[in-house]
Amino acid sequence: MVRAWRLYAAVAAGGFRRYATYRVATAAGVFTNTVFGLILAYTYIALWDERPGLGGYDQAQAVTYVWVGQGLLSVVAVMGGGFEDELIERIRTGDIAIDLYRPADLQAWWLAADAGRAAFQLLGRGVVPMVFGGLVFQLALPGDAGTWLAFLVAVVLGVLVSFAIRYLVALAAFWFMDGAGVQQLAVLAGLFFSGMTLPLNVFPGALGELARVLPWSALVQAPADVLLGERTGLALLRTYAFQAAWAVGLLAVGRLVQSAATRRVVVQGG
Amino acid sequence: MDTDFIRLDGVEKVFDVRKKTGFLRSERRQVRAVDSISFTVSRGEMVGYIGPNGAGKSTTIKMLTGILTPSGGRLRVAGIDPSRERTRLAQRIGVVFGQRTTLWWDLPLIDSYRLMHRMYRIPDARYAENLDRCVELLELGELLDVPVRQLSLGQRMRGDIAAALLHDPEVLYLDEPTIGLDVISKARVREFLRDLNAERGTTVLLTTHDLSDIEQLCRRVMVIDHGRLMYDGPLTGLHEIGESERTLVVDLERELPPIEVESARVVKVEGPRQWLAFPAAQSAAPLVARIAAEYPLVDLSVREPDIEAVISRMYAEKATS
Repeated sequence: MVRAWRLYAAVAAGGFRRYATYRVATAAGVFTNTVFGLILAYTYIALWDERPGLGGYDQAQAVTYVWVGQGLLSVVAVMGGGFEDELIERIRTGDIAIDLYRPADLQAWWLAADAGRAAFQLLGRGVVPMVFGGLVFQLALPGDAGTWLAFLVAVVLGVLVSFAIRYLVALAAFWFMDGAGVQQLAVLAGLFFSGMTLPLNVFPGALGELARVLPWSALVQAPADVLLGERTGLALLRTYAFQAAWAVGLLAVGRLVQSAATRRVVVQGG
Repeated sequence: MDTDFIRLDGVEKVFDVRKKTGFLRSERRQVRAVDSISFTVSRGEMVGYIGPNGAGKSTTIKMLTGILTPSGGRLRVAGIDPSRERTRLAQRIGVVFGQRTTLWWDLPLIDSYRLMHRMYRIPDARYAENLDRCVELLELGELLDVPVRQLSLGQRMRGDIAAALLHDPEVLYLDEPTIGLDVISKARVREFLRDLNAERGTTVLLTTHDLSDIEQLCRRVMVIDHGRLMYDGPLTGLHEIGESERTLVVDLERELPPIEVESARVVKVEGPRQWLAFPAAQSAAPLVARIAAEYPLVDLSVREPDIEAVISRMYAEKATS
């Protein structure tokens, strides 16, 4: 068990270093996040001027939400771009055969690699837009370490849910020759249902209810609410439970699909 | 155990192939990629496994690694049923697919090796020793810190071979290890494999398109075509059955009429260069000696018959006999 951890720790470290090699891409990503952050921030300001207290946020909270969202965009891979591109390519070309004869678990392997990626992107692409947002706007950031810590836990859970979703999306490539369609669908759903475009609590009625219980809300909405101090005490535990339930459930489904896919390859050939 | 380290008894692999015949209709067809193959390989043997494209070579290798489950028959590697105990077997085998890589594309070569260290749970001292050895023999020293994507094909192949050997596998499967490599890289890879087999007694099963790989490495060769074992024996025997011919290319000092010599015939003349065909089973040495004695010889080379030609001759032979 301990030795298995060392392998996946090495895989995660590799995932981290891998993204760290692409410095220009990281800089370009930070720039894009910042520009989008500015556009969204001014849009939100206009919106909250018109409708103060929309979705239960005041204007400072709304602007903070924007920068948290931009900081998390690449961490929870709302737009894709994590391990799944590579996994889909390996399935398509048959390189997956190599992964299958290795004495390592496929899902754990990719989860470790994606965790390494997320850790890098939290530092490389998350911090700078947040700091920039903090310098240009009046943000409603918490002053106590406890809330920041609670936020980090919610981010970790969000990354897990995000991984579980993208793992399923990638495995679809075993059945569809071209994984791009499923991927695009997932990105579209992710952009909207994660709360990336607008906080989910501004949506009224059934749509709002639905959006708030779907797994994507664990990616951006949940961590952002924790940071904004909207979830404390029992509500915080409920948020964690919500995220963890989706993570465990989707990872379990991922395992089932993985064994079906493996059986298919093993019986049917690559 | 030692004489049937790898053992196949009537192993089959049947694939269902669906073919669209209409808007919604599709036809199911069964393809026998491997059709009742039996053979054994002793521990420490180095065997060539050859055949044309689509003959079933890679399917066999995949069954031997446990990636594919046989549709029928019995298969054992080191006493292990590969598809049932894939993970246990993985500790004892190494695999190199010439056209695929096990290395991490974006990271320095050494990072992939560190991963192998953890994945195969190789004791630290053993890992260090094996890595040093591979680095030295495969000349990887300067490449360790280079990202894999920047390596040439030959360098990457050597990197992949090292990756497959760090955990001391008892068997090494090589699927087209010299494909696309230049002459020098090929020679280096072959020399390494020969030493590995001689010094460590690693059992090697090699599939290839290049008969000279087999010629230089394996005493025994198996030919597979249409999923069936067509031949199992020494390479020379294959040439006898196939009645194949090798080609001697000679460069003379000047343009001369076609060389006249026993047991070989000139098939092509181009200026001072001439091509002579002679039976593959026959040694080239006396032929070369005779030509050198009678003609102003500048340079020469011997070309092996290609595998497709040998196999098609084998068929022709079977049809007429």
